[in-house]
Amino acid sequence: MSWLSLPQITFLALSAMALVSGVLVITRRNAIHSVICLIVTLFSVAGIFLLTHAEFLFAVQIILYVGGIMVLFLFVIMLVNLDVAAKQAQFSSHWLVAVLTAGALTAELAYGIYLGRQEFKPSTPPAFILPINNTRGIAVGLFQTYTLPLEIASLLLLVAMVGAVVMAKRKFE
Amino acid sequence: MIPVSWYLYLGAGLFTIGTIGVLTRRNVIIILMSIELILNAVNINLVAFSQMFHSVDGQVFAIFVITDAAAEAAVGLGLIIALFRNKETVNADEIDLLKW
Amino acid sequence: MNMLNTVTQFLLAHPLIFATIKILIVFNVMSAVLMYIVYMERKVLAFMQARLGPMRVGPWGVLQALADPIKLMLKEDIVPAGADKALFLLAPVISVAAAFTVFSAIPFTSSFIISDINIGILFILAVSSLGIYGIILGGWASNSHYPLLGALRSAAQLVSYEVAGGMAIVGVLLISNSLSLRDIVLKQQQMGVWNVFIQPVGFFIYLVAAIAETNRSPFDLPEAESELTAGFHTEYSGFRFSLFFMAEYTAMILVSCIAVTLFWGGWLRPFSSIHALDFLDYTPVIVFLAAAVAIVLGARKNPVPMEKVVLFAIAAAFVLLGMALAIPVVAAAISGIFWFSAKVFIFLYAFIWYRGTFPRYRYDQLMNLGWRVMIPLGLANVIVTAALSYYLTHQAVSAAAPVMMGR
Repeated sequence: MSWLSLPQITFLALSAMALVSGVLVITRRNAIHSVICLIVTLFSVAGIFLLTHAEFLFAVQIILYVGGIMVLFLFVIMLVNLDVAAKQAQFSSHWLVAVLTAGALTAELAYGIYLGRQEFKPSTPPAFILPINNTRGIAVGLFQTYTLPLEIASLLLLVAMVGAVVMAKRKFE
Repeated sequence: MIPVSWYLYLGAGLFTIGTIGVLTRRNVIIILMSIELILNAVNINLVAFSQMFHSVDGQVFAIFVITDAAAEAAVGLGLIIALFRNKETVNADEIDLLKW
Repeated sequence: MNMLNTVTQFLLAHPLIFATIKILIVFNVMSAVLMYIVYMERKVLAFMQARLGPMRVGPWGVLQALADPIKLMLKEDIVPAGADKALFLLAPVISVAAAFTVFSAIPFTSSFIISDINIGILFILAVSSLGIYGIILGGWASNSHYPLLGALRSAAQLVSYEVAGGMAIVGVLLISNSLSLRDIVLKQQQMGVWNVFIQPVGFFIYLVAAIAETNRSPFDLPEAESELTAGFHTEYSGFRFSLFFMAEYTAMILVSCIAVTLFWGGWLRPFSSIHALDFLDYTPVIVFLAAAVAIVLGARKNPVPMEKVVLFAIAAAFVLLGMALAIPVVAAAISGIFWFSAKVFIFLYAFIWYRGTFPRYRYDQLMNLGWRVMIPLGLANVIVTAALSYYLTHQAVSAAAPVMMGR
């Protein structure tokens, strides 16, 4: 095995952390421990984004996912009383079938990636790579090329916000 | 240089873990968290290909995936709160009023 | 000179060692400043309330800043029964780590920044939003309802005012065209005017958001002692409480540093582009001499002779320092860090002033202010700034339009 370069070692460390804490997420009895493990996973994924020079996405992942969505999960877990749930059986009775099926899916995916591992290069090399930084590139992409999906996404967020408030409100009869 | 296939293996691994979580656990909140794992696996794939093609499209798509994940988590958690208020449980097996 | 050259070459060739040295300097200086901010707060609040504050430990209570940490470290470490032990231990660590990590992106002077990342502002927003976890987990792990309520209220308040603070920052970004903090200050230097005069509404929104983010008065309902029995850190004692305490004051110093960098010109001297006012370069000299005169005037009537001697010695040291700073070479070298520190201290004094002056906001008034006043004001600020910057510079639709990497 030839020496791994520092980016490769970093990638292996981050992916090991992501996979291990991913397994911990789905196996913890206490929901708050699952949330903490998911936060670790999200941090590792953000680190992997940073390794691919996608630094804007690294910041967005931490601000939105870790700083927003996970706080929302924690709030709901604290408002909902999970003491009873922690004493019940955690895994459904057909867990073996589920694991085998998912394992078969993964084996197929991994085999497919293994067969095609030499083919992952662009068919035509890029004509030129502009030296603008990642944030500026994403800004051009979001606001000029993909403006319509951006507007639809903002509408989706508005609908989700209104829907969540309506559903979680107490009905004053 | 990190080969692109390594990112794809990691994406496949996280996707599997998320799928097992969705199919196996009874606690609805943990099921939602496993869905977030699946979405992160998709994001890793998108960003890996964005680096391979030197294009920013993959990262823009990943931003949209994160946005949708936020919307879906908000709505899902609102549903869980409404559900808990009615039935005092977050166990997916006990929510079976519509079963025949 | 040759020695300096070799040292510089070595440091530039090994960036990790250089960064480690800078981190050690910033961490130690910040810890010392932190302890003295606590002392300054007690003294300033005391003078505002017509009393004297700490006076016993050392001359004018100066050594109180050392006595308090020692006392907290020697206290008994209590973990409440039924508390989730791992989370209970983890929560203060998260708060302190998140607070201290943000210092790595702040430019203290034009050449001293631990790491000048090109997404500086986003990094600061991201890492400072991690402090919420310390609060939530601390409240949850205490297994008691007052901390839980305080934690949930505090977390909701922090999340709400983060949105408003972010929008205030967007106005500054529209002017500076860059996310890197060093570039923002350099742009202010190039424009010749500080951002606060171009974005007064943005600065006001950021200030309010900063006070709410750090749980300071008048937004300190979740942790005020007369309200929820000290909120999320009720069950913490001894060293863990001192970690939460450190995290709060570090966050206070941090938001002051960020406000100074974004709005008040960072390390720039006031009127740095007007050369007729270059005599302002000697302000450090005047400040130190004035401080020495104030100490001498205050120490004349001190009854304890030992304290009198110490205070006169400190005044003499200040006079020597002032005279050393009058040398033009030294004045030029120290100008950046002096002006940065002076502005940050003015902000910290303002924070303490608000604590002594304003009554506390009730929780629903606080959330109302955040969502229904600050966020629309922030949005209006962004829209007006964007429109004005387009019409004044015609740079929005620039030639950058069709460029995308690889297309």
